[in-house]
Amino acid sequence: MGKRDRLSGNEAVAIAMRQIDPDVMPAFPITPSTEIPQYFSSFVANGQVGTEFIPVESEHSAMSAAIGAEAAGARTLTATSSCGMALMWEELYVAASNRLPIALALVNRALSGPININCDHSDSMGARDAGWIQIYAENNQEVYDNFIQAFPIAEHADVRLPIMVCQDGFITSHAVENIELLEDAEVKAFVGEYEPEHYLLNDKERMAVGPYSVTDYYMEAKKQHAQAMANAKQVVLDVAKRFAKISGREYGLFETYRLEDADYAIVIIGSAAGTAKDAVDDLREKGVKAGILKIRLFRPFPAEEIAQALAHVKAVAVMDRAESLSSQGGPLGAEVMAALYCARSQALAVNYIYGLGGRDVRVEHIEDVYAQLEKIAAAGEVQDAYRYLGLRE
Amino acid sequence: MAYNFKETMSKPERLAPGHRMCAGCGGTIAARNVLRGLHEGDRAVIGNATGCMEVSTFMYPYTAWEDSYIHNAFENAGATLSGVETAYRVLKKKGKISDNYKFITFGGDGGTYDIGFQSLSGAMERDHDMVYVCYDNGAYMNTGIQRSSATPMYANTTTTPVGSKSNGKPQNRKDLASIIAEHDVPYVAQTTFWKNFKDLHVKAEKAIYTEGAAFLNIMAPCPRGWQYPTADIMEICRLGVETNYWPLFQVEEGKWTLDYEPKKKLPIEDFLVKQGRFKHLFKKGNEYLIEEFQKEVDRRWENLCYRCSR
Repeated sequence: MGKRDRLSGNEAVAIAMRQIDPDVMPAFPITPSTEIPQYFSSFVANGQVGTEFIPVESEHSAMSAAIGAEAAGARTLTATSSCGMALMWEELYVAASNRLPIALALVNRALSGPININCDHSDSMGARDAGWIQIYAENNQEVYDNFIQAFPIAEHADVRLPIMVCQDGFITSHAVENIELLEDAEVKAFVGEYEPEHYLLNDKERMAVGPYSVTDYYMEAKKQHAQAMANAKQVVLDVAKRFAKISGREYGLFETYRLEDADYAIVIIGSAAGTAKDAVDDLREKGVKAGILKIRLFRPFPAEEIAQALAHVKAVAVMDRAESLSSQGGPLGAEVMAALYCARSQALAVNYIYGLGGRDVRVEHIEDVYAQLEKIAAAGEVQDAYRYLGLRE
Repeated sequence: MAYNFKETMSKPERLAPGHRMCAGCGGTIAARNVLRGLHEGDRAVIGNATGCMEVSTFMYPYTAWEDSYIHNAFENAGATLSGVETAYRVLKKKGKISDNYKFITFGGDGGTYDIGFQSLSGAMERDHDMVYVCYDNGAYMNTGIQRSSATPMYANTTTTPVGSKSNGKPQNRKDLASIIAEHDVPYVAQTTFWKNFKDLHVKAEKAIYTEGAAFLNIMAPCPRGWQYPTADIMEICRLGVETNYWPLFQVEEGKWTLDYEPKKKLPIEDFLVKQGRFKHLFKKGNEYLIEEFQKEVDRRWENLCYRCSR
């Protein structure tokens, strides 16, 4: 039976890490994720975990050391944000291509420049092609639950990929909410012992990691990586089912909110989904058939399932908390629209950029998006499919 | 740790033949002889920065390394092996490993003096129980002989080419062994291929079996970059030592020791003249460049003698 507590998102993740009790944690501080290694260091200092903490001199070294430790056979995790992850960029690819199931607690923050410490998704969205599994959370409970599920997904024999568990900087990382924690023993049993098949410190066999791969092999390695990513989708669902048994909390690839009979839908990631739910409740009272599809799993991208869930809507707004500066819209917009196209959807779609650099998104902003969707559906066409929400005039 | 030459030389090779390094490559000689410092029965995990050595010894699906091996990237051999070493300590504590492991990483001067400098400094400061070995061939040889901060003054490289307005690299080389010694790590040594290799073998063994972080800087000539006949490597190294260009020294727990002092120091020309990269220094009118070079060698030697209380 779980116990209730009042925790910030960072505290919740740190507690999940303590309960997992990993072997190694290399980390370097960066706002707003700093508290995670800070809390964890106090667990190490007080003997509450058996983990070795490596206070590395940069995020590049944090991911480099994580790769070394994980390849050596140790369950390894780290935490970062924004420019910290940008500094890891090269290593994100190395970790994924070496098929090392490292868990990264990412507290989403805008990338420089200009320098900004507040939330948007430009950091993780920029790394969307790095070959990591990406899971996002709306609130503190979800980020805690997602982190508990991280290693069982990443270490699964059909997957063996690193995983990024994302939450919104300050909005959830620093806001304190009531959440329900699992018992330590339940988490330990759920996550299990780490028993890698091949690793550097195996007494029974030697191993070489990180080869120079010539053109004869590089493409096959990528294809295997792509297959592992495709496999992750079912594993995410299986792990969620197992998690529901111990927690009573159910998770899927995404969450739908009043979407089943909706005419107008928004697709959104992260904490702003909570604001959107309030907007939908208000609109439903006024008779507007509004609904939400909240992405949980972004990598691998559940395109078919998303298209199916949106099959009946008249108009959809895809909400991007990141610019891709393609002059066409944001990354989520591009992927959802591609999914709709492939499914021969008749829904009219528009892409909004919102909340960059921590720009507040309020209920009335989301209500305005639904008002625009009604107009689009009535007109039967989309004028300007690439828009900004909450921009100062 | 009594040294036995015959015994050391008859140890099984831990970097097996069949790799694709150039004939006469100094880096390969450095790696093979450092690994002779390992005691039989002890296992090792070898790290490697991106460079000639990595691309030539571990080309999928073949590896020339007899021990477990990890290559990560160019600039992070220090951090990567610090992760491996930390994993070892945890897994050993948890009873998941029974064998004894040692941790040795190799990097060229590009991956060590320059792009990997921060990662190396971090790993040394944290005092991981590992050895970082720099095979210093004084330029980015893998990408085609570009200058590094280890390149000696006036050397002709592809990014400091000699021309009508250029005498090669304008700056002096960075003294990395001293910089790492100032990290106050338990063991730092500088060596090269000298006489019967005892200096290198003894220092490798000390570095490997000293608890905590250790750094070995090995002058490892590159026949292509330095432009000398491949067979002359031992003579080049001898001249590097006898001219005081590459002094042999150790720093143990902060205590500096000079391991060799030439009875009669040779002039720096003797070292320079053997190498095509310094050919322009011997053109008429360039005598002053050699004088400048000599002054710098002497200045550094005096500093070193002062540190070694000589």
